[in-house]
Formats: sequence, C-alpha cells, structure tokens
Amino acid sequence: MVRRKETLRILCPNGHLGFAPTKEESFWIGAETRPDYYCCDSGSDDIGPVPLGTDTSVSPYDWQLHDLELMLLAARRQGVPMMIGSAGDTGTNSRVERYIEIIRKLARKHRLKAFKLVAFYSELDKAELRRRMESGVVVAGLDNRPALTRQELEATERIVAMAGVHPFMKALALGADVVIGGRSSDAAIFAAAALHEGFPEEHAYYLGKVLECASFCAEPYMAKETVIGTVTHRDVTVTAMHPAQRCTVASVAGHAMYERSNAFYEHFAGGTLDMTGCRYEQVDEKSTRVTGQRFLASADGIRVKLEGSGRVGERFIGIVGIRDPYSIRHIDQVIGWARSQVEERFAGRPYELYYHVYGRNGVMGELEPVREIRSHELCLVVEGVAPTAEMAEEVTLIGSRQIFYARLPEVKGTAGTAAFVIDGVLPAPPAYRWTLNHVLPVADPLELFPIREMVIRDGEEGA
Amino acid sequence: MRTVKLVDLAKTIRSKNAGTDKITFDIIFREKENYERVKQSGVLTRARVAELFHIPEERISDFHEFDPALAIKFTLYRSRPSGSPGESDIFGCQQYPPLLDLEVPVE
Repeated sequence: MVRRKETLRILCPNGHLGFAPTKEESFWIGAETRPDYYCCDSGSDDIGPVPLGTDTSVSPYDWQLHDLELMLLAARRQGVPMMIGSAGDTGTNSRVERYIEIIRKLARKHRLKAFKLVAFYSELDKAELRRRMESGVVVAGLDNRPALTRQELEATERIVAMAGVHPFMKALALGADVVIGGRSSDAAIFAAAALHEGFPEEHAYYLGKVLECASFCAEPYMAKETVIGTVTHRDVTVTAMHPAQRCTVASVAGHAMYERSNAFYEHFAGGTLDMTGCRYEQVDEKSTRVTGQRFLASADGIRVKLEGSGRVGERFIGIVGIRDPYSIRHIDQVIGWARSQVEERFAGRPYELYYHVYGRNGVMGELEPVREIRSHELCLVVEGVAPTAEMAEEVTLIGSRQIFYARLPEVKGTAGTAAFVIDGVLPAPPAYRWTLNHVLPVADPLELFPIREMVIRDGEEGA
Repeated sequence: MRTVKLVDLAKTIRSKNAGTDKITFDIIFREKENYERVKQSGVLTRARVAELFHIPEERISDFHEFDPALAIKFTLYRSRPSGSPGESDIFGCQQYPPLLDLEVPVE
C-alpha cells in the first residue's frame, strides 16, 4: 500500500504565465527546495473579450516559451509533475496546441528523456450548446445576467468552459508528467494536485486560492515572483521565495479578496470554498499558516462556468487634443457637432461612436464624481465601430476631424479647434463583447473537456 | 470635528475586475484602530458609496467588512462588461481614486 503523504509542496512562479516574464532568481530559490509540483495559471478574463473572440494571445510567444522552459526544466530534472491551466491567455484549443508545440520544442532543444504529456481542451462548440438549449437545458446567467438566449448564442464567436479540478485530476491519474490545460479555474490547477495526493478538499482548494496569483499574496508588492504553498491534512502554509518578500497575515488574508466580489466564498465547478472561519498565523518570517477553511460540495449537481465573446465590429481610434478654453467649456456641444456629422453621413446604418474625454471623465466615465472640468487641455479618444473596416475608419475620421470644424457661436479660433498628433485615425483591434458569463449544468464534470495523451520523445510525439 | 482623509489611514486602496461584469474595491488597513475607526465612522456604507459614485444602491452587489484582513470591501456592477466598445478601464483598476479623499472623523 502506498503510504499517504503527510505534506505536499507546490511551487507557483507566476500569476499569469507569459503575461510578463517570470523572475528567475526567486524561481530557482524555490526550485532548489525541490517542490512536489510546479503549477501555474496562464490565463484570465481580465484581458477583455478581444483575445477570446479573435483567438489570439496577448502574451508574446517568447515570454510564454521563457516561462514554460523554466518550469519544464526544473520539473523534468526532479521528475515531478508540471501543470498549466488556461493556456495562452484564453485557454482556447489553438492556445493548448501552441503550448504543446512549445513543450515539444523545448524537449528537443534540451534533449529531455521521454515523458508523458496530457492535454485537455475547453472550447465548447456553439452547435453543441445550441443542441443542449434546444433539449431544454437552461444556461443561467451569472452576476445578474439573464439566462442565455438563442440570439445571444448566435451573436457569440467563441466559447470556453471553465474546468474545475476534474480534468487535471484525470490527467494525473493517467500518469501525466506535464499537463497543458485549456480554460480552467486558476485555483483548480493547484487544488487538483493536492486532491490527487489525498489531501482534504478544504485545504486543497484554499491552497489553490492562495497560490494562483503567485507573489501577490506576499509583501511588499512585487509581481512574477515565486511562492510555495504547503498543504498538510490540517492546514495550508504559504511561503515567499523572493529574498525581500514575506507572506504575512495581512498579505495572505488580503489576497483572499483580490479580484473577487466576495472575500468569504469562492465558487468552483462542484462546490464552494468557505473562508468565513479562516485563521491566519505567522509561523516564520516568510510564511503564514491558514486553518479554518471549509469546502461545501454543491447540493444541486455540477455547473460549469462558460465564457463567450461576440464580435461587434471593426474598430478605429482617433486622438484629438483641445486647448481652446471656450471649446473646453462647451465640449459637449463640440462633440455633439461631430456626432451630428457622422449621423448625417451614416444615418440608418449600424455604427457605434464613443468619445473618451480625458481631462474630464475619460477614465471613470459615469462613475466620476468630479463633474466640472479642471484641466486647461483635453484629449479626446474617439472610438468608432462599424461592420466593415472602411466604414469604421470613416466613422472615426468624421468623428475626429469634425472636432476641428466644430461650429460654436463665439469661438475665437476660426482656423480649427483641434490639435492632431496625426491627421488620420488608427486601426484598432476589432470590437468584441462578453456575451457569455453563464453556467451550464453537466452530468459529468469531464464531459466538456476532451483529453489527449501523448509521449514526448526527443521532442516528437510517440506512442 | 477633526477629520483625516481615508488615504492617510489605509494601507491599500484599490479597485480591480471581479470577473467580466463587476469591479471590486478593497480598502485595507495596517492598524486595527484605523480599521475600527473607519468602520464605526459610517463614512463607508452602501449608501455613502452609492452617493459618491452617483449610482443607485442596487449597483452594489456586495459590501462587507473582512476582519481577518482589516479590510472593507465592496463590489459594483459595471455599466457594461469589461473591454466592451466604449468602455475605458479594461482591468477596472483606476476606479478607486474618489475614495482617497473621503474625510473620516477622528475625534
């Protein structure tokens, strides 16, 4: 009989692999302690709907390769598993493929001994979701969104399902040395390792929760530094690896609420982590221990979160500076004039035109409490969206250039009331919007996540 | 009554996306007495936050005090999802500054 492990140590090098390069000093300090797993999340919905819609990464390939290389070399040297979730920022199928290719390339470059790679995919086919909806499944909305309608589904370009611990655990059960996951819950990557090794759910999930953003649970504030989490059958301890960072009661407790609407509960496919009763205790200079967490299995079956992005149109950006005080005082009329000129040209055709007025409320928009303009100059960022690039360019160009020609009764500067960095507009990434932030009930937590196994031998896929 | 600005009492004041549809705000204190002082002052409540940002209270999805971290936390629904056309703060990380100048009574 295999003796049960008393402790398990997981290294996390980066809160979003590839988004900014992993810092190497603290990584190697951590790797020298020979952790049991190397785990890292590589994606986020933070980056907006465009990358998912266009199926692209926002992280440069070289940074992804750099970060994967560190983890792969350290993990293979020790012969311990390495697991990545939400490959390539979005966790779509093409991003999983990209990461598999990088792993192959690195195996070849470093002549690594054969190892087993298990990947899983998170994209959900629109036709499949349509079929489920037609059979009566309700795709409930999160955060006050209504249930998914056929119309919103049809407006969607691409959908990913958010994996919980299940496909990671399946991959480990298959004997994976390297796991490359599609879109997944950040914390699930770490929790799956701990669950696979037989640790209690409450500690496994808390371990994931605290490790997912790497050094953001330590102080002082530094990103992309390594931390190590240790789980036992009684508690979770997290330790900063950077020489100048410490995991303190304040930093660890503070991290529990980071990027979450609620500091007490975190929902996963299959249950909820309850942090209401958490107790935090400094155990040495760089480490804090946490006890008192609970895990509540969902009573009503497993629901998987879905993210979807839908195309709105092509987009251009114009940049306009205004210094004339009279125009600044009457900025709404100036913008009104430019809007009227766009409408005159494109009345009845679909377009969107936005003015971000920096110097007034360009950052906060309607949430800005400062209502009067206190600046002597303004910058307008003009955002035009339309079905075709030609039309989007023209919408944005009229919307920008007509600021120059604004007709105000008492303006002194009759040779133009706008300053341009360039006399033109800039192509921008197409406009997308989040169409799905919903949950889908499933019978089997693996059913949305097809698994693929392979042996990487001399960088090639073998049997 | 003497007042002190929130920025001078708190260690961290930040905002950040909480998923695609919400922005969450954290006000974290180093000293317990400052945390308790702000908690008891009534300066940070659902009603005061709604007033500050000119939004109806229904836009506030969560509001709570989190003793283990000496923190006050609240979350707002966005007017449109992050990164939509017309939206100007994709990470939601520049929505906290109005909190800095809140005057907290200290007598």
